[in-house]
Amino acid sequence: MRKRKIRIARNNVTLSFVPYSEIANLTSIDKIKKILDMALDNRIIIIQGRLTPNEEASLIQSTMVLVGKIKDFKGVEIAVISGTGEESGFFKRFKEGLAKALVGDQSALTVIGPASIVKEIKRDPKKIELLLNK
Amino acid sequence: MVVKVIKNFFNKTFGGFFGKKKEIVLGFYGPPNAGKTSLANKICKDWTGEEIGTVSKVPHETRNVQIREKVEIEYNGKRLTLKLIDTPGIATKIDYEEFLKFGMGKKDSQKRAKEATQGVVESIKWLDDVNLVIVVLDATLNPYSQVNITIIGNLIARKIPVMIVGNKTDLKKADLRRIQSAFPEYDTVGISAKSGKGMKDFYELLFKTAKKV
Repeated sequence: MRKRKIRIARNNVTLSFVPYSEIANLTSIDKIKKILDMALDNRIIIIQGRLTPNEEASLIQSTMVLVGKIKDFKGVEIAVISGTGEESGFFKRFKEGLAKALVGDQSALTVIGPASIVKEIKRDPKKIELLLNK
Repeated sequence: MVVKVIKNFFNKTFGGFFGKKKEIVLGFYGPPNAGKTSLANKICKDWTGEEIGTVSKVPHETRNVQIREKVEIEYNGKRLTLKLIDTPGIATKIDYEEFLKFGMGKKDSQKRAKEATQGVVESIKWLDDVNLVIVVLDATLNPYSQVNITIIGNLIARKIPVMIVGNKTDLKKADLRRIQSAFPEYDTVGISAKSGKGMKDFYELLFKTAKKV
């Protein structure tokens, strides 16, 4: 699958779709670096698959380090939509198949956006809504 | 004499396995302003008479990990010795301008934001050193946040026993069922750390969860 970039010129918001194949072989550090580079470039990233819990925690840590160092960078909004659309389903599968979750669940989508652009990602078990800053 | 030597040998060698239970390192995790310090204070006050930290309506009041060792609690004739680790709230974004809304000056807000970012990093580091976790959530808010899911995902991956506390049940908007339906695999208890409501059920669940350590 090719990487797609959708630019909505009016509001200058860029959505970048990152297929699983593009991050599957990256180390955790490189995945996080790639994501944060895109976030710092003011892009909203949609990743096919999800990060491991450890990578998610490292992403939060790295984000916080950057918030303290880069002017006007306030952090990111993150949301993961599981394939079933139900978090309880996700946790059940997570517990049953930790190995699968640790190598990446391709049926999930991860949405990450810089906090300067994405005000909030509202979610419930079945849908997510991206609220953008004016 | 021989018996004494053998007894000493066994005590030294196997004392850790069969002797007094070790102190449980209990971490309080959750998003900012959920009431982690309020709950840790409640436990400390109940059993030591002292508090662990200050609380505030302004988010990120706890910006350093706060530790209280050797807190002995007793419930229904059973005892637990805890080392309480009250962690700063975990967030994916921190904007100093949010603090301005609470009447803080720009300089103080920026300082608070910087300290808060360091606190988040520190909280996550501590995940490697706790062996029981209470995830404290604000029962008036939507529990489906990525921070909550990331915290619980990390606890599962590290095989750390977890219990979920829905705090602020004294408020009208509180909805514990929403938390229970978000995390049905976990034991959940509703409390108000402020009023003390639900603490009996809390201690019961704490002892039950501590058995998994």
